[in-house]
Amino acid sequence: MAAPIRIEGLTKIFGPRQQEALRMLDGGATKEEVLKKPRATVGIYDVSFDVEEGEVFVVMGLSGSGKSTLVRCLNRLIQPTRGSILIRDENVVEMDEEALRELRLHRVSMVFQQFGLFPHLSVRENVSYGLKVRGVSRQERMEKADAMLESVGLGEWATSRVGELSGGMQQRVGLARALATDPDILLMDEPFSALDPLIRREMQDELTELHDELSKTIVFITHDLDEALQIGDRIAVMKDGIVHQIGTPEEILRTPSTDYVAEFVDGVNPWGVINAEHVMDEPDAILYLSEGPRTALRKMSVAQLSSILVVDRGRKLRGILTADAAAEALENGDTDIGPYVEDLEGVGADVTLEELVPMGALSQHPLPVVSEDNRLMGVVVRASILDGLTSQHGQSRRTEEPAANGIGAEAK
Amino acid sequence: MREFPEWFRIPLGSWVDSVADWLTTEGAAVFQAISDVLFVLLLRIERALLWLPWPVLILLVAILAWRIVGIRLAGGVVVGLLFIGALGLWPEAMATLALVVSATLLATALGLPVGILMSGSDTARTMIRPLLDLMQTMPSFVYLIPALMLFGLGRVPALMATLVYAIPPVIRLTNLGIRQVSTSVVEAARSFGSTTMQILFWVQIPLAMPTIMAGINQTIMMALAMVVIASMIGAGGLGDEVLRAIGRLEVGRGFTGGISIVIMAIIIDRITAGLGERSQHDST
Repeated sequence: MAAPIRIEGLTKIFGPRQQEALRMLDGGATKEEVLKKPRATVGIYDVSFDVEEGEVFVVMGLSGSGKSTLVRCLNRLIQPTRGSILIRDENVVEMDEEALRELRLHRVSMVFQQFGLFPHLSVRENVSYGLKVRGVSRQERMEKADAMLESVGLGEWATSRVGELSGGMQQRVGLARALATDPDILLMDEPFSALDPLIRREMQDELTELHDELSKTIVFITHDLDEALQIGDRIAVMKDGIVHQIGTPEEILRTPSTDYVAEFVDGVNPWGVINAEHVMDEPDAILYLSEGPRTALRKMSVAQLSSILVVDRGRKLRGILTADAAAEALENGDTDIGPYVEDLEGVGADVTLEELVPMGALSQHPLPVVSEDNRLMGVVVRASILDGLTSQHGQSRRTEEPAANGIGAEAK
Repeated sequence: MREFPEWFRIPLGSWVDSVADWLTTEGAAVFQAISDVLFVLLLRIERALLWLPWPVLILLVAILAWRIVGIRLAGGVVVGLLFIGALGLWPEAMATLALVVSATLLATALGLPVGILMSGSDTARTMIRPLLDLMQTMPSFVYLIPALMLFGLGRVPALMATLVYAIPPVIRLTNLGIRQVSTSVVEAARSFGSTTMQILFWVQIPLAMPTIMAGINQTIMMALAMVVIASMIGAGGLGDEVLRAIGRLEVGRGFTGGISIVIMAIIIDRITAGLGERSQHDST
């Protein structure tokens, strides 16, 4: 199937004499110059990017960066001045009224910063609005709306007025309303910006869960870098209507392409972004379950360890064997180390530093990092965490990453 | 230079005269047709009001007041209407009510679309606004003259004059109410593929309803005020009482006519204001 969204050279200029402003911009004029002379405001200028199937594409920028204009061009709430928007190879910019309506009815829906709920309708009627416009029978749309409300945890509120709900609940209604039409693409214009930080966090998590479940393609607008880093598969950083950089959260953080992006990410808290996979090292030594206590002691002494991680043939983590336990097995004449291995839980590769620390990552013992099927991928030791926190190291870690990944690949 | 020179004159008055003359001669058939339709409307409403036995009507209005506002207003309605009856002005009151109801129906039927048009187009708003200002500031007596010329003496010209005088609030507040609907809500409706008409009828008008109701309420009040003046060209009803009282300097008659109008005004105002509040509860 064609890419969900493909944007090329998208430009929006507000105000009079747009063509003149366009010519000036093409000739290298700045936003300020264009504002002064033909008094035209540049919303966005020459924006191009593709959004991949099922990804969460975040457009991040401060107010006035053009991010809201951009997202409104995607369903043509704003008519672009130039450029093309292909949604599954159909150019939205050139659609007639009928095609546009059909696009909004079936394929693209939107969640708004100020919720944009209908205060005169019940929660259920709000959620079913898109279906009503589509002409679905009352019975069917009410059923669908109730199911949708159930899935966002608001089943009991179906008959309430939206005004009776808290901000977080209202945005859940907004989300349910957008999902009720079962669109292909979800546009979210700063959906959580109006919410309290705690509720925002909760909603972000829920969105991630929902996204895993429904795998919609999402274009998410935000001014909050932390939010962008947390939920974005890829991020486009915008300023003054221009896209400065597009990349994964790690790329944005580690190799900012312009000064603006660098300045922007400078203050970011890496603890919440860098995860176990980024900072893990190859374990100095591992012990297979089939090996005996003598081998165990030798491996430990070579690597100068007081304990060693134990895996089975499939490299699945079985636990940890201390030097004391190995010595005890040797004394007892046991060749099977199984009974002497202590249980040890590994952490997931996507666990962030912030979460790692309370798990004991700063203690003396290395913390095993495991894949979803419990294969040992690497270990996090205190030194690598401290390293990961210095930005200089961010660069050097990147070069080491393939080695760390190598362990995982080998395990498979 | 104490006076403007004779040659510095705009004959606006005679221009208007010639337009009115032209209208009376050339448009006679049209105005006759309009007149006939409106006369029938007016007559039907008045007949219906007078056909109902007065206790039934009082009861109906009281029930309406009770359902919409509360039991206290219902009590007031009964006392007030009985009082008008006791003054011997029941038929006159019904004639006035018929005129007010007709004027309000027409004003709403015409004013809503015009208000909607104004809300949807800045050009329309710029063009209509000065017209509304004119209609509202022009001394109400002035309307009587063209109404008289075009429709002659009687109920229909009175209705027309009342309509012109009373229509601006409903237009203005319909426009205002729709424009006040939050843009984010309208945008949301648009993003779900609603047509302009769907947005208008499913979102904008319901949300503008409290404001529109306030406009209708004001229109009714202005219509009530105008009926007295319109009695000079044959509106009949309570205004006639007052007019006659002025002619004959009968203080008592003027007072009873006047107080009856006040009672009706209060009752109608409270009931329609209550309707407005209810629509407000519905939409917030």
